[in-house]
Amino acid sequence: MAFKNYNIQMNDHKIKMQLQCPMPKLDFDIITLGHGSGGLLTNKLLESGVFDLLKNDLLDQRHDGATFELPGRLAFSTDSYVISPVFFPGGDIGELAINGTVNDLAMCGAIPKYLSLAFILEEGLTMRAFWDILVSIKAAAENAGVQIVTGDTKVVERGKGDQIFINTSGIGTVHPKALIDKNRVKSGDKIIISGHVATHGIAILSVRQGLEFETAIESDTTNLNHCVERLLDIFGEQIHLLHDPTRGGVATVLNELARDTRLGIELVQKSIPMLEEVDGACELLGLDPLYVANEGIFIAIVAPEAADSVLETLRQDEKGKHAAIIGEIVETHPKQVVMQSVIGGKRVVNMPVGEQLPRIC
Amino acid sequence: MKFISEYRDQELVAQYLDEIRRVATRPWTIMEVCGGQTHSLVKNGILQMLPENVRMVHGPGCPVCVTPLHMIDKAIYLAEKKGIILCSYGDMLRVPGSKHSLLESKAAGADVRILYSPLEAVKIAKEHPDREVVFFAVGFETTAPANALSVLHAQRAGVTNYTILTSHVLVPPAIEAVMQDEDAHIEGFLAAGHVCTIVGISEYYPLVEKFKIPIVVTGFEPVDLVQGILMTVRQLEKGEYQLENQYSRVVRPEGNPEAIKVIETVFEVCDREWRGIGNIPMSGYELRPEYAAYDANLKFDVHIEKVPESAECIAGLVLKGIKKPHECPQFGKKCTPQMPLGAPMVSSEGACAAYYHFSQAMEAIV
Repeated sequence: MAFKNYNIQMNDHKIKMQLQCPMPKLDFDIITLGHGSGGLLTNKLLESGVFDLLKNDLLDQRHDGATFELPGRLAFSTDSYVISPVFFPGGDIGELAINGTVNDLAMCGAIPKYLSLAFILEEGLTMRAFWDILVSIKAAAENAGVQIVTGDTKVVERGKGDQIFINTSGIGTVHPKALIDKNRVKSGDKIIISGHVATHGIAILSVRQGLEFETAIESDTTNLNHCVERLLDIFGEQIHLLHDPTRGGVATVLNELARDTRLGIELVQKSIPMLEEVDGACELLGLDPLYVANEGIFIAIVAPEAADSVLETLRQDEKGKHAAIIGEIVETHPKQVVMQSVIGGKRVVNMPVGEQLPRIC
Repeated sequence: MKFISEYRDQELVAQYLDEIRRVATRPWTIMEVCGGQTHSLVKNGILQMLPENVRMVHGPGCPVCVTPLHMIDKAIYLAEKKGIILCSYGDMLRVPGSKHSLLESKAAGADVRILYSPLEAVKIAKEHPDREVVFFAVGFETTAPANALSVLHAQRAGVTNYTILTSHVLVPPAIEAVMQDEDAHIEGFLAAGHVCTIVGISEYYPLVEKFKIPIVVTGFEPVDLVQGILMTVRQLEKGEYQLENQYSRVVRPEGNPEAIKVIETVFEVCDREWRGIGNIPMSGYELRPEYAAYDANLKFDVHIEKVPESAECIAGLVLKGIKKPHECPQFGKKCTPQMPLGAPMVSSEGACAAYYHFSQAMEAIV
């Protein structure tokens, strides 16, 4: 039995990629345990043209790992991707796995260079789905300007995975002007968000089994490294901290920041950018958008005197055109995030207890 | 958002608050019955914006909070029984049973699924004819039509592997129980708008007359709430007691006749135990005998020993408005949203959880 059909929402770039990269003719349709055995079948998978997609000189060394030289201070990050469903409105797990690690490096103030790519495939995954994910990975890596230089593929028995899990690790060189450090966050700093909150989380939720609802909301997964690099080129040390509010959402990232810096955070609800459909979906589902996961956005804590210029620069970038100043760092109420509500009241925005659970009514 | 943002208008809220300040000459204690209203009062910071002499007390209208411990234990027992898929609304999962929560059962391997609609559970039952699907049907009058409809759907489609574990509760008997408690000193009520959307407002007239208290059927947005509070305070100041409908854009006096028909077809009114409060006569729904085949209690012969509530939890006093959550010795110490002793600390609509956030806010803001 094959896995459930999936729908891919393709943007122009992906369609072009799909056309440029037709799936090679193979004598197998699905991944079996043997493809991860390291033996003949593994070689067949590797040699079939499947991995030629990701070709580059370093990967072609075909050794146990890649060797290369990089100048200066380095940043190193890793993340695993277990998203369900694997294909979702606006993207797929492959794209996410590249963008995620690229963005983590960017948040360190680094320019991402090389990535490792490791798959854990569940027996029964169709080659078609795997191929589409690989094409997506290729497109995302090209867009971000990174190379995949080493990798691994394992196959687990049916029922021991969820179609496909991906781990990527990445290495990048820290921007010479960057001085990203939690300790540099000061009272008075402004909090800028680069785009709409909660889009990704709601897009995923809309296709989760049992919760499907009709919507045109698509994940905003994208790389943020070029956008961040430009900011660092211009504003350098005035950018005190960068964070991508992925799991746990904006509320979690800001609570961690308040806790670690022992400073307070003040947010203004009205200024937090959100798509109207997302706002509506959160309302309907009883979810607080501040706790919903994000992908294609980041939070920048910047020196107050630079805030307006940073905002202006960000807004000129396609990926930052909905950027907004959403609050500031304060000395009052240390370690707490307080938000001014739409009607002018105040409430504490706490750390979430666990995953947000939809309310009964 | 059209039809919502209008009711989140900062200026309008400020005007109503000014008016409340002007009108309220004495201290008044008003209970908002519904957990959704508590949630909105806290989320929007309205509690701190009200004048000191208007005191809001948070009522028992949080389905998560009042579902009795042994019902949670039953749901957990069923979830852990081989072959059963237990479906539930999301926020029931974290509520502590006598040993653990549904969320912990899920982690240990039970097939527990979070759904938004019980109709989805019927679909799952159809897709898994070899399994038994149980829906944990909790909630007030608001969720009753959908839960009842799921039974009718299952019946129509000939689905025989679908049952519900019912623990429905009703608002008017809860108001009566609060008023009859000598220690509760509630002077006016904001009735739950959504409940009245379903069943109408007629059941509230006798309560107004019997207890000589103003009841204002109120919505959930900030403007709704401050307007509902103002309407209540105005009546109190004039010494009047009437049933008023603040939420008339949604609530029709007769309710939703179709929904009522569905409820009455499937359910009948029964005595019900409320967590923390105890038995309230004629305060719940149970399946009519002709739908016994859809009763998980009967089908699986569930017998769960009743375990006493944690002696340290004063949820009952909190739910009746006799004690404020922070007056509980365990509040914020042994009992937090991470490690709740009782249900009101679990749900975002629960008074204790609301206060937990609120008191932190006070510390932070003052």
